[in-house]
Amino acid sequence: MRALAVVLALATGAAAAEIAQPQPLKGGIEFQGADVRALQADAFANPGMLWVARGERLWSQAASGGPSCAACHGDAKRSMHGVSARYPKHDAALGRVVDLEGRINACVTGNQKSAALAPESEPLLSLSAFVASQSAGVPLAASIDGPARATFERGRALYFERQGQFNLACNQCHDRNWGATLLAEKVSQGHPADWPAYRIEWQALGSLQRRLRACYFGVRAELPAFGSDDLVALELYLAARASGLAGSPPGVRK
Amino acid sequence: MMLGRLLVPPTVRKGEAFEIKVLVQHPMETGFRRDMNGQSIPLNVVNRVVCRIGGREVFSAELGSGVAANPYLAFFATADAPGEVEVEWTDDRGDRGRVSAAFGLA
Amino acid sequence: MKRRHFVAGLAALGAMPAAAQRFQPAQDITPLLRELTAGATAQPGGIEIELPRIAENGNSVPMRIAVPSPMSAGDHVAAIYIIAERNPRPRVATFHFGPASGKAEVTTRVRLAGTQTVTVLAELSGKRFRIATTEVLVTAAACLDESL
Repeated sequence: MRALAVVLALATGAAAAEIAQPQPLKGGIEFQGADVRALQADAFANPGMLWVARGERLWSQAASGGPSCAACHGDAKRSMHGVSARYPKHDAALGRVVDLEGRINACVTGNQKSAALAPESEPLLSLSAFVASQSAGVPLAASIDGPARATFERGRALYFERQGQFNLACNQCHDRNWGATLLAEKVSQGHPADWPAYRIEWQALGSLQRRLRACYFGVRAELPAFGSDDLVALELYLAARASGLAGSPPGVRK
Repeated sequence: MMLGRLLVPPTVRKGEAFEIKVLVQHPMETGFRRDMNGQSIPLNVVNRVVCRIGGREVFSAELGSGVAANPYLAFFATADAPGEVEVEWTDDRGDRGRVSAAFGLA
Repeated sequence: MKRRHFVAGLAALGAMPAAAQRFQPAQDITPLLRELTAGATAQPGGIEIELPRIAENGNSVPMRIAVPSPMSAGDHVAAIYIIAERNPRPRVATFHFGPASGKAEVTTRVRLAGTQTVTVLAELSGKRFRIATTEVLVTAAACLDESL
């Protein structure tokens, strides 16, 4: 009995024990100004909701080569509730860890027999925003056990590795200097919980991968390609690091 | 057809101003941006928005590139009977959009 | 943070430190105002402008304008003009109202191409005009600063 309790404690505490979570855990919205906070909270005026609305329409539309999402998944409010909070996750059928956009494309190509949706394309972002919004308020709970472990460790290695001409690692800003002012920004803890998000600077909604690529640019490092293993690995590390944090996708950022 | 969202209260009081909110999905391209190849992206904005209730215009706007992408407008109207709020808009390329919502009298 | 004020007269310029945004200077909007009023004098005041004192990103700055008015057939606000002196196109937007509006109030999100004075001109029935201004400090300019 005691051995079982220890194993259970190790299993549930695994993520927390392996990662030094910032204390206290603060979502990215807390580092934004009042106007941006108000906009994210506004269920009508949040510009990301335009992508959610389009995603809702696409959900019920038959694809070019197969059934609509709704045909298999029914009402997304029910079937997709809490789903994106467990991403990225290892997909047995694909044999690798995928993020939400990757999983959507796996369905589009595998089950809907249609051409994959291009990265940052309107339909992919719309479906991602729609599905992610069904997990608003649900604490992140990505698994790093079993087949996901190797990807998690790759993500962790990347997070602590100095990159680019500025020779900076993610942890230097987001673990050691969150809350500090950098030019006109407040450094956040770098959590993925509010993504995909509408970034005012982009004047559009974008994926977490787009935001991570902007981080790579920020340190003048070569940008990893959309869908690359490194970006997915980093997403998994970030999700595990933010375990327990509930977000409110679609977020708004300046 | 452009995507838009419309928020109208389900019921309004006769003759009392009620707020209408519109959000349109549109890049409001300024004409000053360049694409990956250095080519200028042409100016294209939602240039006119019209709101009608029962076919009668109650509000309209001319917008320019000085309005933020995915334009948001909140304004007021009054009504003496239950009806439908209809909002239409066009952009520089001639693309159109339309949303509508019904309301009752409290 | 939002700042709301009833402007009794044209706000004095020079109180805000100018950011070093050298690409787009402020333009003289007097000819534009004269064109919009057909030469009539615009009375200062009577316009409520809600605009943040500091705009974190010039690409989307929330703005609310209200002009108190009976909004009757004989006395109402006919139009509200937003003019941004430092934008590449100073005429930002024009809103049209009538007695059926109930209130001459509009909220939108504007682009500001740098720290500047924003002017609001209200056209009332009977070709009367009111004018008010407010200043905004813009940290990232719209239109001219490319995003990465």
